[in-house]
Amino acid sequence: MTGRPKSALTVVQRARRKSDRLSTWCYMFLAVSLLFSVIGIAVISEAWRPLMKWDAIDNTMVLASVLVAVACSVPGCFLVVRKQSMMGDAISHAALPGVVIAFLLAYMFAGEDHDAESFETIKRSMMFGGAVFVGVLCTLLTESVQRLGRVEGNAALGVVFTSLFAIGLLLMRAKADDVHIDPDCVLYGSVENIALEAYLTGQIPSAIWVNAIALAINVFLVVLLFKELRISAFDPTLATTVGINSRMLHYGLMTVTAITLVAAFETVGSILVVAMLIAPAATAYLLTDRLSWMIVLAMIIAAAAAVVGHASAIVVPDLVLRPLGINSVESVSSTGMTATVIGGFFLIAIFFAPRHGTVSRALNRVKLAIRIAEEDVLGELFRRVERRDTTATSAVLERLGQLHRRSWLNRFALRNLVSADAVRRDDDALHLTEEGVLWAGDVVSSHRLWESYMSKHFALDDDHLHEAAERVEHFLDDEMRSRLRDELGDVDVDPHGRDIP
Amino acid sequence: MSSTHRDSPASTEPNEHPASSPLSIHDMTVAYHRRPVLWDIDYDAPLGKLIAIVGPNGAGKSTLIKAALELIPKVAGEVLVFGKPYRKQRHVVGYVPQRESVDWDFPVNALDVVAMGLYRQIGWFRPVGKRHRALALESLEKVGMAAFADRQISQLSGGQQQRVFLARALAQDAELYLMDEPFSGVDAATERAIIDILRELREAGRTVMVVHHDLQTVEEYFDEVLLLNMRMVATGPTSEVFTPENLRKTYGGKLALLDRVGHQMQQGGARK
Repeated sequence: MTGRPKSALTVVQRARRKSDRLSTWCYMFLAVSLLFSVIGIAVISEAWRPLMKWDAIDNTMVLASVLVAVACSVPGCFLVVRKQSMMGDAISHAALPGVVIAFLLAYMFAGEDHDAESFETIKRSMMFGGAVFVGVLCTLLTESVQRLGRVEGNAALGVVFTSLFAIGLLLMRAKADDVHIDPDCVLYGSVENIALEAYLTGQIPSAIWVNAIALAINVFLVVLLFKELRISAFDPTLATTVGINSRMLHYGLMTVTAITLVAAFETVGSILVVAMLIAPAATAYLLTDRLSWMIVLAMIIAAAAAVVGHASAIVVPDLVLRPLGINSVESVSSTGMTATVIGGFFLIAIFFAPRHGTVSRALNRVKLAIRIAEEDVLGELFRRVERRDTTATSAVLERLGQLHRRSWLNRFALRNLVSADAVRRDDDALHLTEEGVLWAGDVVSSHRLWESYMSKHFALDDDHLHEAAERVEHFLDDEMRSRLRDELGDVDVDPHGRDIP
Repeated sequence: MSSTHRDSPASTEPNEHPASSPLSIHDMTVAYHRRPVLWDIDYDAPLGKLIAIVGPNGAGKSTLIKAALELIPKVAGEVLVFGKPYRKQRHVVGYVPQRESVDWDFPVNALDVVAMGLYRQIGWFRPVGKRHRALALESLEKVGMAAFADRQISQLSGGQQQRVFLARALAQDAELYLMDEPFSGVDAATERAIIDILRELREAGRTVMVVHHDLQTVEEYFDEVLLLNMRMVATGPTSEVFTPENLRKTYGGKLALLDRVGHQMQQGGARK
């Protein structure tokens, strides 16, 4: 083929735009119907009514939850990309003995005067410090156990953090009965109590301050050390060779994670905090291919989940339980619902994520099927012109229908080709346009080059070549074709003796 | 057999390990759990050559590179880069790890990865700027990958991923390159592209040491060769050293006695 006037690319692009639009429509349809069904259920069931009672306490609770969730999502992103998500779980459990020992120490040193207000502050700081210390110690112990015991990383982690947690429980049972310590507060947290405290005292509760500070530390460090954290997560050996101490950054990250987790205990507890740490980051991981965007998205998702979670805690129980005849429940745990909502977000991301999502993969399959059908129409037309056969629409479609697949797909492909100016329709006869000929020529030459290639290298009879080439012809680009030509050494005809365009 | 370079102007003192050598390894032994995997390596890399590190699986080829870069601890010995300890010379050494050593699903694109080669130059706390992105793109262009700058790295083929790693090393602009199997799992076109780049580096006076598996191409690609099997078997110009006799020594199984002694050392001393 000498001197191609134009590339077949423009007409291919026009056809692509068509099928892209199709998938955009599918997406919008799904999104809009999801939104309307949520609104519809809310309106019909009048479930939104409890939201009318939203007040200052709700505001405080949402503020506390948002701060916790957003603060946790930042170190969570790094744990997820480093494949160390379980480390968050471990640290939060291992912190328990730290809390208890610090608590007991505080009482030991305070002696008699443990009613003073200053004692309360000291006790809290000691518990905080103790928890962070043991949390970081957990990561160190895990690495030592892994090295000394020569066991696999997750096994070491499982042994270390459960042992520490158990020690914490034993200490609490053995000693803390004498003094006032509330295990529920550490394990489950209580955003409700915090809001109540704020309401009764009229001050901003300390839990909110603590989490705001944790969030500020996280954001500051990530902005300052973004590239260092990224390289030491992606390629720690390279980081070391360019002079970035990835071990130091690792322990820094673990310390910050521990601080953030312990800060969150009072609000959401040491168990559900893991959801705030990992789930927004994991969701964001599915949605983007850049670490910077992943962190931003995780923060947004975390904040949204906290707001939606609190509202759901008010609305959903009524919605679910009233039809069952139970009317007494007013609302459920706000934190529990927030964690559930983040889980829901993750589920949605699994389906709808742009590249990794199941829906988009299904759409891509449809797009591929359309392209293959289009190229089959073009190939068929090209061969008919070559043989001087009829190009009547009905004959072409009938032949394609015999070949394969659904007839609607062939019809759709033909319509698409006509509107992309690859094929022209005169009365009943179909003609390839100038650009259409180029595209069709590429398809047919792919087919015939592949047949030649197979007959050279495969032990396959000539009458078996066609079907294999039918599949492969759609996946060869310009580069592959020219490499095939090089490899075959200037062939003009395929094994069946037909010209290669 | 180790080659000293008398014609090099930089060597001033009559040292056994000349300062002009990009990489001098002096009696280095490396062990895992007290069991030596590399025994007493003594080697001076000649300047401005393409050097292949060749040996069977488990010969300690990657270990040699990693120990030289202080990524794993040494039991004994010393490593000098242009006559100074590696710690002071990090900026002149570029490292290309094995492709399998990183998580290719990591949320970064090809340009991000290449820019990582510039992090030393950028310095702590500073973000990757426009100028650095332009430099990274230049490196990608050199390996023919500029069109893929925005691709998330798992969307690249094996050969393309290897090229990205190479571009990152080029961005480092080092004097000495240590590459761990850059040719593994790449197609013929990429192999040609890589060897062209290695030759360009040599023309520019850089020294490149490559862990290499394909015995067929050693003579074509490399000036010098280092035959390794737990100990150094032979080293020198490829034409002299890459002989059937030496290859037999390298690939003819591990030395049984060496293995035995290593085992004893791991078990905590011989029984007497």
